[in-house]
Amino acid sequence: MVRNFDAIIVGGGIVGCACAYYLSEKFRRILVIEKGEIGGGATAAGMGHVVVMDDSPAQFALTHYSQQLWNSLYPQLSPDCEARLTGTLWVAADEEEFSHVEGKRQFYQSHAVRAEVLSGEDVAKVEPSLRKGMAGGLRVPGDSVIYPMTATVWLLDQARRNGAEVLQGKAVMSIRRGVVELEDGTTFEAEYVVNAAGGHAPHLTPGLPIEPRKGHLIITDRYPGYVHHQLIELGYLKSAHEMSQESVAFNAQPRATGQILLGSSRQFVGWNTEIDRRLVEKMVKRALLYMPEIGSLSAIRIWAGFRATTPNKLPIIGRSPDDPHLLIAAGHEGLGITTSVATGRLIADIASGVPSSIDRTPYGPGGSYQHA
Amino acid sequence: MPDKITVKIDDTTIVVLAGTSVAAAILNSGRAKARRSVIGEARGPLCGMGICYECRASVDGVVHVRSCMVPCADGMVIETDA
Amino acid sequence: MPEVEKYDVLVVGAGPAGLSAAFNAFTGSNRVGLIDDNPAAGGQIYRPSQGKTHPWVGMSVALLDKVGITVQCGLSAVDAPDPGILAVQSFNGKRLLRYEKLILCTGARELFLPFPGWTLPNAMGVGGLQALVKSGLDVAGRRIVVAGSGPLLLAVADYLKKHDGLVVGLFEQAPMASLKQFGLSMLGYPSKWMQGLALGASVGRMLRADSWVVEAGGRSRVEWVKARTPKGEEQIECEYLACAYGFVPSNELAVLLGCATRNGFVTVDDLQQTSIANVYCAGEPTGIGGVDLSTTEGRIAGLAASGREDQARSVLGRRERWRQFAANLDTTFAPRPELKDLVTPETIVCRCEDVTAARLSSPDCGRAAKLHTRCGMGPCQGRICGPATKFLYGWDQGSVRPPLYPVPIAALADSEPTNG
Repeated sequence: MVRNFDAIIVGGGIVGCACAYYLSEKFRRILVIEKGEIGGGATAAGMGHVVVMDDSPAQFALTHYSQQLWNSLYPQLSPDCEARLTGTLWVAADEEEFSHVEGKRQFYQSHAVRAEVLSGEDVAKVEPSLRKGMAGGLRVPGDSVIYPMTATVWLLDQARRNGAEVLQGKAVMSIRRGVVELEDGTTFEAEYVVNAAGGHAPHLTPGLPIEPRKGHLIITDRYPGYVHHQLIELGYLKSAHEMSQESVAFNAQPRATGQILLGSSRQFVGWNTEIDRRLVEKMVKRALLYMPEIGSLSAIRIWAGFRATTPNKLPIIGRSPDDPHLLIAAGHEGLGITTSVATGRLIADIASGVPSSIDRTPYGPGGSYQHA
Repeated sequence: MPDKITVKIDDTTIVVLAGTSVAAAILNSGRAKARRSVIGEARGPLCGMGICYECRASVDGVVHVRSCMVPCADGMVIETDA
Repeated sequence: MPEVEKYDVLVVGAGPAGLSAAFNAFTGSNRVGLIDDNPAAGGQIYRPSQGKTHPWVGMSVALLDKVGITVQCGLSAVDAPDPGILAVQSFNGKRLLRYEKLILCTGARELFLPFPGWTLPNAMGVGGLQALVKSGLDVAGRRIVVAGSGPLLLAVADYLKKHDGLVVGLFEQAPMASLKQFGLSMLGYPSKWMQGLALGASVGRMLRADSWVVEAGGRSRVEWVKARTPKGEEQIECEYLACAYGFVPSNELAVLLGCATRNGFVTVDDLQQTSIANVYCAGEPTGIGGVDLSTTEGRIAGLAASGREDQARSVLGRRERWRQFAANLDTTFAPRPELKDLVTPETIVCRCEDVTAARLSSPDCGRAAKLHTRCGMGPCQGRICGPATKFLYGWDQGSVRPPLYPVPIAALADSEPTNG
C-alpha cells in the first residue's frame, strides 16, 4: 500500500522528533517511523545538557541558535521535561587551562552570550564539592539541562497535535527518491524523506561518514545541592574534538531529582553495548581529580550509548547531493540534545524552500560529506 | 544475654538490645518513617532484607544507609528523613 | 587496591542452599569460600531471631568452621568483571574473589503487587515484617493483618503470635479448594506434618481463603486495611500490614554471568550446573521450593562442583520429591488475575521514582515506559517494581548491568588486583 506524505522522518530520537515538530508546523502530512522506542537510541544516553559550544564558528552558530529555540520552548514544556537553568561552569584545573578562559569569555560576549570569568576562590564558593585549588572557571549562566526522553516525547506529541502520524516497531529497509520501504515490504511515498537515524543513518544512506562513538554515564542516588551547575572540565573540548581511540573527560550534572549524572567517555568500539569497566574506571578516576569526595556517593546505575559521529564534528543537515527527495539530519555526536531543535528548524526551512536564521552551508553536503 | 545500648534517633535517645537493626530501632522509637520519597511521601521498611531501599536513613552522618541491614551500635546517631 | 583471594569452589549466599553447598563442596583438600551479604548466615528463612541463631544454622556454621570454612558476612556480589572473578563490596571497600567453580545460592525475594496504600509506612512484606521482628522490632500488643499468598503466611502469623503480636486478619488469595488439595498433598511429606499441624492449630482458624487486601489507609502510617473476602468487603483496624504474594528468584548475578534462564528461573542440569560451564546454581533461583529443596540442591551442587558427581547423583531421588513439592506450591499459590485490578491510576508502581500506574499504561511498553518515567531506574534496580510490572503488564526483565547493587563511586575506580 502506497501512502503519500509531505515528509517522512526515519528515526524517532530527539533529532527526528524535532524534525517532526517543525515540519508539522509547515506541512500537514507527516509520518515518523521508529523501529524501537521513541528516544530509545542515543537520546536515552544523552546527558540533556543544552550548551553553547565554541569549538568552531559553525558549531557555535548551531548551538547558539538551538539554545534560543529551546529557550522559546521552555515555557511550554511539560514539567516532566525537567528544564532547568543551571548554567554551565567550565572548570580550569591549572593555569594553562585558565589562560584560555578569557579568550573564551570574549568570544561568548562578542556573540551576545553572557559569560563571566571566575577565580579559583569564586569557583570554590559556588561549587564547594570541587577540589580546592582549581585555577578558576568560566560560568555561562544561559546554559540549561533537560531530561532528553521526556523532551523527545513532548516534541513528538506537539507534532501529533499538528496531525503527524507515528509508526513504531518496523524497521526501514531503504530510502530511494522519496519512497520508503519497510522490512515487511510496505512502502510510503513523500516529497521529502528525512534520514534522522543517528548512528544507523549510513545503513539507509550509504556513504554517510557517521561512526558510533560509545559513551558511558553513571547516575547516583539523591544528593540535592551537591552540584549546582553543569560542570565540565576545560579538557572536555580536547576529548570531544580529538578523534583518538578513547578518551575521558570530567562532566557532572545535577538532575532535577537531586541525582548526579556523571560522564564522560568516548571510544570507537563499534556497537558493543557491554559496560567497559576499564574505561568507566578511567572516567571515575578523572572525576575524582575534580571532586575527591564524590567517591563516597552511591552509584546506582551505569549505562552506555552511541553518539553518531562525523569526521569534522559537525552534524550533517541538508539535502543529499544524490537524491533530491532526501534530507539528512544525523551525526550530532555529543550535541544531539542541544542542536536537535535547530536541526528540526533547518530541515523544515529546507523543505519549505526558505532561508534559515543561520547559514546552513557548514552542515550541508559541501561541509560534511567530504571526509575530514 | 544481649547488652543494652543507647542510640540517638533524630531528637530522641532510646535504649535497645545490642543486635537490634537500625530499622527496628526507628520503629520501636515510635517513628514509622525512615525517609521521604521523591514526591514527599513518608516511607518505611518494606522487604526487610536490603533490596527495596525504602528503609534508608542517615547513620553516623552517612546518608542512604539501608537501616534494615545495619545493627545498632552504642552511641550511633540516626537521622530519618535526612 | 582490592585484595584477590582464590577459591576452588566459591559459594555465593549462606542460606540453606549455600550452607549445604559449601559443606558438601569440601573434599578435605580444596579451598572453599562462602559469602553472604547479610550480617549473619541463615538466609531469610533462618535469619537469627532476636539474637538467637537458628539451630540448623548454628550446627552448619560449626561444622564448616571445623573444616576451616568461615562464612564471610557483609559481602555483596556486585560484578563479575572477568571469567573466574567475582567483585564483592563490603563496608570496608571492594574485594576481588577468584574461583574455579562458582555456586550461586542467591535465594529469592518476595513478590509485591501494588495496591492503594501499599506504600504507607508499616505496610511490609510477610517475610519483611518477620525480618524486622527478628531484628528487634517490638510488636507486642500491635494489631497486625497478614495477607497475600503462600505457606509463609501461616508461619509468620504464628511467629508474630508467639512474639505477642495480635494477628487480627489472615487473608490467603488462593482458593479454598486449592488449599485443601495442597493440604492433601502434604501427606506425602511426613517431615512437614509436625510443622503443618502446629501451624494449623495455632493460626489455622483465622485463615480466610479466596481473600485479599484491596486497600490500606491511614494518615501517616497504616491504620486500617480493606479486604475482599467471599463474604464481602471487610475493614479492619490495624497497625501493621504484612502482605506479599510468594517469591521471585534473585537471579541477577546469574544473568550477569550469562546463565540461561526460563521464566526468570536459572536453568540447570541434573547436577545443578548452569549453561555456563563452571557455574552452578542451587536453591530458589532454580525454582521456588522452600528449605528442603534448597538444602538438597545445595548438596548436589557442592558434590558436583568438587568433582564427586556419583555421590551427587545419589541425592537426585530426594530432590525429585521436593521438586514435586515446589510444583505443588506453584500451582496452589499462583497469584490470581483479580490482583491485577487492585491498582488505580494513582497507585504508585515504582516506589523508588514514585511512578504511578497512570504513567505506565500508555501504548508503549517495557523499555519505553521505563525510559520515559524512570520506572525501575532507582536504587532497587527494578527488584521491587520489575516483578510487579511483569505481573501487571507482562514486561520482561530488563538487561542486567553492573553494579548489581548500588556501590560507592570510588568502588568503580578500584579494580587493579594487588596479586595475580
